[in-house]
Amino acid sequence: MSEQVGKSLWHADAAEVFIADEPRTDWHDETLWFVRSKRDKASMQVPEWEELRELASGIKDHSLSNLDNYLKEFEEKATANGITVHWAIDAAEHNEIILGILNRHGFNKMVKSKSMLTEECHLNAFLEENGIDVVDTDLGERIVQFRQETPSHIVLPAIHLKKQDVSDTFHEHLGTEKGNNDPQYLTEAARGHLRGKFISSPLAITGVNFAIAETGGFVVCTNEGNADMGAHAASVHIACMGVEKIIPKANDLAVFLRLLARSATGQPITTYSSHFHKPRKGQEMHVVIVDNGRSRQLGRPDFRNSLKCIRCAACFNTCPVYRRSGGHSYHTAVAGPIGSILNPNLDMKANADLPFASTLCGSCSNVCPVKIDIHQQLWKWRQVLAEEGYVAPSKKVAMKGMAFLLSNPRLYRIAGRIGRSMMRAFPGLMNNRKMNPWYKQREMPEAPAQSFRDWFKENKT
Amino acid sequence: MSSRERILSAITANKPGLLAAPALNLSVLPDRTDMVARYVRALELIAGKAVVVSSFDAVMEDVRATRAAGHYVVNTIAALGPLSDEVTTDTHADTLEPIYKAFLSAEFGVVENGAVWMTESQMQNRLVPFICQHLVICIRATDLVPNMHEAYDRIREMEGYGLFLAGPSKTADIEQSLVIGAHGARSLVVYVVE
Repeated sequence: MSEQVGKSLWHADAAEVFIADEPRTDWHDETLWFVRSKRDKASMQVPEWEELRELASGIKDHSLSNLDNYLKEFEEKATANGITVHWAIDAAEHNEIILGILNRHGFNKMVKSKSMLTEECHLNAFLEENGIDVVDTDLGERIVQFRQETPSHIVLPAIHLKKQDVSDTFHEHLGTEKGNNDPQYLTEAARGHLRGKFISSPLAITGVNFAIAETGGFVVCTNEGNADMGAHAASVHIACMGVEKIIPKANDLAVFLRLLARSATGQPITTYSSHFHKPRKGQEMHVVIVDNGRSRQLGRPDFRNSLKCIRCAACFNTCPVYRRSGGHSYHTAVAGPIGSILNPNLDMKANADLPFASTLCGSCSNVCPVKIDIHQQLWKWRQVLAEEGYVAPSKKVAMKGMAFLLSNPRLYRIAGRIGRSMMRAFPGLMNNRKMNPWYKQREMPEAPAQSFRDWFKENKT
Repeated sequence: MSSRERILSAITANKPGLLAAPALNLSVLPDRTDMVARYVRALELIAGKAVVVSSFDAVMEDVRATRAAGHYVVNTIAALGPLSDEVTTDTHADTLEPIYKAFLSAEFGVVENGAVWMTESQMQNRLVPFICQHLVICIRATDLVPNMHEAYDRIREMEGYGLFLAGPSKTADIEQSLVIGAHGARSLVVYVVE
């Protein structure tokens, strides 16, 4: 995993590799659209859906505006509940805290359920370098871990793979029958394999969906039950959370749990919504609160409300660019539209391509359960990136030229006339993939005989 | 300065002015008609099964038949007969792994999504509802709430661990094909006792 860091392709180049397999691209596109349709159906069955979105957005706005106090309240209550609270300024400190706990106990293995934060911190690679055997227990995450890949989607980690890929991977790692692609059979094999890991693992890491300031507890949502299997079987449970996971009250959970699974997969609620408040008898429980750039994002008025995200991935499933370019093209732990507004904050230079991986159609903002103005922020990031000098010079020159042309009506009319006659006289020039990247996946339209302006002048009554 | 102080002072410096928390009021009143029938349908939609019974007799028969078939049953409901005292809060996973079927009670059910709310004391051990192969839960027909807002209003004590459980364990991580029984229970039956 670590070797992928630092030398990834830009989104557009990686997407070009992804779409080379057309049937697979179509499958990816249609499958995610199907998930989006399930979200639509589920949301339409709740008459108060829009009110819930408004409430969720308001609760998160409020939480962020009082985040320091809520974090302190959470720490105080969690500590009183018998949970040890740690603070990590960045990914490196987060990873060191976890390694420290493992080392203190002399553990050399652990299980981990889904946590995008630990992906963001590259925890697995760090622990493996330090001799710890890490087993991801979410089925999709286990599949990509076997393949030494990263999740391509925050809710559906292996959505880029077909069942024959999984079958080949399991044949290699779990000794399943070669060529048996039955999802039931493959899941059963993983169940048997992972049960052994759950029972024998002394330490389990989980993510956190919501941390409650008022009660000092946290909620973890899964469908498989892997977070609970790991956490309840282990003698040490570590839950990792970004500072923005705080909500004020337990009653606020009603709003978020009504929205989360419906937005994510169209289910009315995840199978398991687990509320952890105290370690079980004889168990040790830790919470690691991580900043890693979040406090900086909080200070950017244009981008702070990206911190309201509850990681449902509805924006992924609806995005025409994500669906047709795959999660790995975004070369970051959190892909999709939300990732494209979070990641430039983590590293502007390395992620300068991401806000451009969008058509700005706005569908992401329309499905977002906490009403983040995702497409507006994508557009604003483009301006910040251009100002900071992270946009390719060719793009800058082209944009400047375009702005000059479009602000000079006479020049614009002349250019239009030249363009139309060029398209008629030299179609080969326009239909050249090297000179005109627009043509790569598209046909150019027939050049019209006259401009709209000329037509309007002739036809107005 | 510790990381804690650095993080908190950065947040204090960067946070916007205080915005008021919204009042959790909805204009749509919850639907309270046919609660039992709607709960049964909601659970079916998430691959669980709800059985409406007039007494615990049918559940006791389930316990008896499962034991008679030679399976390891864990019972935590006094009304169903002897309790499985061997399971306590700190019983190790090794000991719990052979559980074939567990019978647990829940505090209430939620009509909008088919979930039940249960706490650690009802499970005897947090792993039981997950590690058993099959799960049976009993709730009273009068203990149904229409939605999650009323569910949270009703929870008095979260205990060390509490759970909304909605259906059997499931996954769709392989080509979006729904498979029941990922890591947790392979089946869920909720007896709604009238």
